[in-house]
Formats: sequence, C-alpha cells, structure tokens
Amino acid sequence: MPTSTTDTATIQKVVFDSLETFGAEPTEIKLEATFESLDIDSLDIAELAQIIDEKFGVEIKSSDAEQIKTVGDVVDLVAARS
Amino acid sequence: MKNVAITGMGAITPLGNGARTLHTRWAAGEIGIRDGEAPCAEFDPLDFFSKKEARRADRFTQFGLAAAQEAIAEAGWAEGAPYAPERIGCILGTGIGGIETLENNFGVLKDQGPERVAPLAVPLMMGNAGAAAIAMRHDLRGPVFGVVSACAAGANAIGAAVRAIQCGDADAVLAGGSEAALTPLARAAFAALDATSTVGISRPFDAERDGFIMGEGAGVLVFEDLDAARARGAEILGIVRGFGTTCDAHHLTAPRADGVSAAAAMTAALADAELSADAIDYVNAHGTSTPLNDRAETLAIKSALGEHAHRIPISSTKSATGHLLGAAGAIEAVATLLTLRDRVVAPTLGLHTPDEELDLDFVPDVSRPLEVPGDRPAVGVSNSFGFGGHNAVLVLEAA
Repeated sequence: MPTSTTDTATIQKVVFDSLETFGAEPTEIKLEATFESLDIDSLDIAELAQIIDEKFGVEIKSSDAEQIKTVGDVVDLVAARS
Repeated sequence: MKNVAITGMGAITPLGNGARTLHTRWAAGEIGIRDGEAPCAEFDPLDFFSKKEARRADRFTQFGLAAAQEAIAEAGWAEGAPYAPERIGCILGTGIGGIETLENNFGVLKDQGPERVAPLAVPLMMGNAGAAAIAMRHDLRGPVFGVVSACAAGANAIGAAVRAIQCGDADAVLAGGSEAALTPLARAAFAALDATSTVGISRPFDAERDGFIMGEGAGVLVFEDLDAARARGAEILGIVRGFGTTCDAHHLTAPRADGVSAAAAMTAALADAELSADAIDYVNAHGTSTPLNDRAETLAIKSALGEHAHRIPISSTKSATGHLLGAAGAIEAVATLLTLRDRVVAPTLGLHTPDEELDLDFVPDVSRPLEVPGDRPAVGVSNSFGFGGHNAVLVLEAA
C-alpha cells in the first residue's frame, strides 16, 4: 500500500525480510552489508524492486542499480522517494 | 567410433530417492502411485539445496540437480571432474519444462497484473533450465542444452550425449531427463486428451488398461568415453551399445497403429550396436498402460526382434512409477542397466488380465532372475516413445 511518509524502520523491515526470503543469511543482513557479500544478484534486486514498488509505491529503475551497493543504499533511496 | 561407458546413475522417482531405490523397490513390487498420481513424496529440496538454490529452481530442475548429484558421486567426481570443464557436457530432456513456475506466474498475471510477474519466471520455466542449472553447479562448460521430444526426451537426451562423445565433442556428458508436471493445467490437459487413466491404475499390457498415470522425477547418468574412463580407473557400470531414433510422422498424439517407425528405431539401435535380435536378453518397454501404445509397441517389438521377442522377458517400469513423461526414458535407462547388472527382472505390476493381442512375456506381477546365455554380459533394450511420434531406443550392456 503506497504511503507518502514511510518511516525508515518499516522500509528496513521489508528490505531485510525480502533478502531473507531470497536466501541471504539472516545474521549477515545489515545496513552496511553489500549485496555482493549477501550473494544477492541482479535477479534478486529485480524482485526486491517489485516488492518495494508494491509496498511503498517507489520505483527502482535499472539506472538506479549502479548506485545501490549496500542494503542501506536501498533503504535510503526508498526513504528519500517515499 | 568411440565406445561410451556409464559410470554413474542418479534417480529421483515416485518410488523414492536414488537409482538403487528405484530398481529394488520396483523389483519388490512396490508402487509409487497414490490417488491416481505418482508424486516424488520422499523428495525434500532442502535435503539437496540451500534455500536460495531451491527458490531459484523449478521443481523439474530440482529433480535434475538431485539426480545429477547422485550420479556424479557414483562416478567418483564428487571432489572434482576428471576432465577439463570445456570437455564435459550436460544434456537434459524434458517434456514440458517448468510448468509449475509458468502456472504460478500466469496466476499472478491474472490476479495482480503484469507488473507482478516474477523476474525469475523465465529462467525457471525455460526447458533448458535443468541442463543449465546442472552445468552451473558442476562447472560443465562443454555442450549443454535441453532436449524436447515429449516422453522420448530422456532417451533422446542420452542418445545426443552418446553421439557427442562418439563424435569427439566431449569426453563426458551428464544426461537424462526431468519432469515435474503434476500441476492443475497439465493434469487437466492430459485428461482432456483421454490419455490418463480414469480409474487411477497403471497396468501396462493388461486387457483393462485405460490410460497412463502421471508421475514426476528425474534420471541422470554420467556417460564417458570408455577409454578415458578406463584410463582414470573408473568403475564401469555399463556400456551404451546402440541408439536409434525415428519419428512416426503420423499423428500429434496417437502412435502408428502398426508400430512400424517404433520398430525402425529398435532396428536402428540394434544395427548401431552391431547386434542381432537374439543377442537381446531383456526389453524395458515404454509400456504406458494406454490402449494404443501397448498394442503398437507389442507389434514393434515383434517386428524388430522377430521370434526372439517371444523368448525374452519384457517389463514396464511405469507399472510401478507411473509415467514420468520427459524423465521416463532416463529413469528407465537406469532401471534397465540395474536389471542387467543385477540380473533381476522387475515385473509389470498390475498385469492380471492378459490381452489376447499382446502375447509376449510381460513378466506379470512377480520378479524373476534374468537368464543370460553363455558367459557374456547381459544386454537389454529400453524403448521410449512420445507424443509427436518420437521414438528413441537404447541398447545397453552391463559391464
């Protein structure tokens, strides 16, 4: 459900839960963790983008992908745009 | 032409996990059919994969990966392959591919719209996904592709693997077939064709047979250039003596009633093996339990083997496992080789009412020892036929 003001904690929870669903090691999922270190690849990011769009109405474009290296990068990007 | 050895076998079937399990349980008279279907109830993906690997593979790919893992271990490759990655291939047959993924995503498309269809949909449902996944996991960089010929796909994949080795395209190939089509659409579609049994019984060659039972699973075998396998000191389980493949070019689903093209595939496989009909000790029939297949196949066996057809045991694995579609030819190659190695013919289960027209020895209900004349390895034929008129026949020899 898209909302105009979504708090960071909510975004973080959705992102963390998604990454766990994708098979990332739960104890490794931290804001500073890189997707590479979590073995999260472009297919996972595409799926994460769908979830974020559905939950927060924020579109992550393929042009954003280069700026997204860590879990925190995604959380910040969504928080900035939601 | 190079000889091709079998050095490893793996199977996930409705009778349980493992190649050995398949033959032992079938020979003991066990049947993997429940409520009119034959699921791989023993299979738990998390026994074989991480959560991440499991969600990145359709069920048909999971079966293929698990069977490949067993085959590789038996071949002694668990610690690494004995050939350069570029010299090893993987050829996996399937009838349909990732139909569960397709159906799930079609549901999402209808209910939630196109923007919710999963990015993983295509890589999971494509028919080559199984071959690609096995190649990725084991770093096989030679000829890798899927084979599509309906219920002959498993045998056609093995045939393609054998030729790849004989022609020098690869030193070794993992090959077989995989299928996971116990889904609402596939179920309804086969039923609409009147192909599946309405009473839920697989009884090949029985007068009361009324269709096949849908099964699922995978068979994967390791094929190697025989000389190279010997040079590395591998245990040789068997030799692929011959392969023959033809097409009925007749009807979308029905086999030619006279079985002429199926017989031609058998004859071609014997010629490839440089064997006469009387060198065959056993036939693992396609034996689907459909009225049309079993009649046409009986004619084909008689035509290809002549009088010798009446002297040897013939049995259908599908009486125990149901019909694994694109995986059938592969698990039946496994079952055939174990029959030849153990010299135990597992029976055609459920065959209680003989059909007058089908007058061969279909080994009803009870296992028996395989008789092999003289002091030579046992030799058997495995038949596989598919919708579209595809016929693929293997001649295997126990080592």
